[in-house]
Amino acid sequence: MNIHEYQAKQVLKSFGAPVADGVAIFSADEAEAAAKQLPGPLWVVKTQIHAGGRGKGKFKELPADAKGGVRLAFSLEEVTAHAKEMLGNTLVTKQTGEAGKVVNRLYIEDGADIERELYLSILVDRTVGRPAFVVSTEGGMDIEAVAEETPEKIITLPIDPDTGVTEADATKLCDALALDGAARADGMTLFPILHKAFVEKDMSLLEVNPLIVMKDGHLRVLDAKVSFDGNATFRHPDIMELRDVTEEDEKEIEASKHDLAYVALDGDIGCMVNGAGLAMATMDIIKLYGAEPANFLDVGGGASKEKVAAAFKIITSDPNVKGILVNIFGGIMRCDVIAEGVVAAVKEVGLQVPLVVRLEGTNVELGKKIINESGLNVIAADDLDDAAQKIVKAVKGSA
Amino acid sequence: MSILVNKDTKIIVQGLTGKTGTFHTEQALEYYGTKMVAGVHPKKGGETWGSVESAAQLPIFASVGEAKEATGADASVIYVPPAGAGAAIIEAIDAEVPFIVCITEGIPVADMVKVKAKLDKSNSRLLGPNCPGILTPEECKIGIMPGSIFQKGSVGVVSRSGTLTYEAVFQTTNAGLGQTTAVGIGGDPVKGTEFIDVLEMFLADDATESIIMIGEIGGSAEEDAAQFLIDEAKKGRKKPTAGFIAGRTAPPGRTMGHAGAVISGGKGGAEDKIAAMEAAGIKVSPSPAKLGETLLEALKG
Repeated sequence: MNIHEYQAKQVLKSFGAPVADGVAIFSADEAEAAAKQLPGPLWVVKTQIHAGGRGKGKFKELPADAKGGVRLAFSLEEVTAHAKEMLGNTLVTKQTGEAGKVVNRLYIEDGADIERELYLSILVDRTVGRPAFVVSTEGGMDIEAVAEETPEKIITLPIDPDTGVTEADATKLCDALALDGAARADGMTLFPILHKAFVEKDMSLLEVNPLIVMKDGHLRVLDAKVSFDGNATFRHPDIMELRDVTEEDEKEIEASKHDLAYVALDGDIGCMVNGAGLAMATMDIIKLYGAEPANFLDVGGGASKEKVAAAFKIITSDPNVKGILVNIFGGIMRCDVIAEGVVAAVKEVGLQVPLVVRLEGTNVELGKKIINESGLNVIAADDLDDAAQKIVKAVKGSA
Repeated sequence: MSILVNKDTKIIVQGLTGKTGTFHTEQALEYYGTKMVAGVHPKKGGETWGSVESAAQLPIFASVGEAKEATGADASVIYVPPAGAGAAIIEAIDAEVPFIVCITEGIPVADMVKVKAKLDKSNSRLLGPNCPGILTPEECKIGIMPGSIFQKGSVGVVSRSGTLTYEAVFQTTNAGLGQTTAVGIGGDPVKGTEFIDVLEMFLADDATESIIMIGEIGGSAEEDAAQFLIDEAKKGRKKPTAGFIAGRTAPPGRTMGHAGAVISGGKGGAEDKIAAMEAAGIKVSPSPAKLGETLLEALKG
């Protein structure tokens, strides 16, 4: 689960991390009052969307030479002017895709005098199974580009969960970031704080890019991106309140209500599969035969008839879907339950597109019987290969 | 032969009394009489679990330690819900259970970090979490794999995905090869047993004549495994191996069902993994439907 930058900063501030003062606004009318709460004479007006690359982003509705999604303002009037131009418009960045994201929130922040920009993140290093700091003196830019061009400038330090960030760890991080004086003292307290926030709030990613050394020699968290482990949100009701559903795909929200793993994609063949690996492999084989999947959908192991029906309805609600492939290898999941769910859903919402069903594994004969006796116009498939070829043919044939 | 489990393996069940634990314990008992010996429930110690489908009964103990002591179990399988599963694994490690299989999906990563730290200092082996378990045909079934598709034979199967394990098993059965043991290592980013551990056991097992390895996007375990196979081949240890990587079409930055299946920071993509596996002499199938066929080709050399 992702949250906005201003929310991430509030979370980090509650642990004692140095962040700038700022105010979040939802309409341009609030801009002046918000800016007045800050000292000035420099303000930063930042779009709040769940995607990176905002500074270099472009607004769809504005002329090509208009400024991006992070802007400096040197007067209250300028703050308001920026707010009017940005709110309600669509920002397209490297991470949003062509469709972009509508800007519904802005964060107005106190400006900072930057001496140096650094990079810092914490994530779980899966090779050692521990949270690890990733730091670099090359902050403020795309860290993937740094990793590509100058990998030696990126330093990774895993943290022992039994000890947390030790003094030796913090010293190593200070050295890696070439911190001295006040910044070094700040670092020695900041690094343990960030690690504590990461662990206590079950974060999956904490990225500060940039972490800055200001002209006064102190450290400040200038930007913050935080994602949380979806498996742990049950123990963080405070974090769940920060969820912004307007940032999420409607079909994905509906799927999450039914505890279905669903990811919307751009293609035209809807897929319903049991198991994440098989669901990915089903997408792959559709592509192998020259078509594109409309979604990833894993109905899971113990799905009920109702859950299967809900999944089927989510797929059919996507207007891009021109055909549906149901691919089930029953282990825990019984084929008859899948068949009943599909039949129930089709009876409720109808079926306007070709449907190919491949069933294998537990209770396969019973499942096939239910489908055959339902009177539905279903194309049966013998195996995965056969199923993929049949659905691609059916969709291409009807185009 | 087989790896890790056989007809003598004695298994206790953590989370036996729940719906999932009960269902799969029934299935295991039915599968060539897999030796399920006890259940564990902190509040139901002293009670007895009774099978709905047969006359089988299992004693329930209040702790893993007591269950192990009383039964001499050498393995534990965990069906405890995600919020308590990490603690359940730690209990099994503390009780020095040699082989722990955790089926539970959705354990917080932070809990697994704690488990991993504990595991590294112990003599226990953990399989999973978020895995389908392990099955040695006609001998022992731990977990949720459907027994009916297996056939005793010569292929070692190792996979990060449950249902793709079934595809590999089904296709090798249909190809007439059968399996020695199928191992699902699970789809979580922080886990116990990795590809390398299982490949080492398959290379050492005389009955295993060929291997299928199924990976997916995310992390670098497949690349590490490929390097391991290259190093072992230099020592003359090599078996015909077929492979598959799921997620060629997955978009970067999106988690595809399994918590560990995500391409992040330009790393963990399918093409890099396929290239690494091919460099190690693994025949990588372009299609999940051609695993059996690809392995037959690999066997022809």
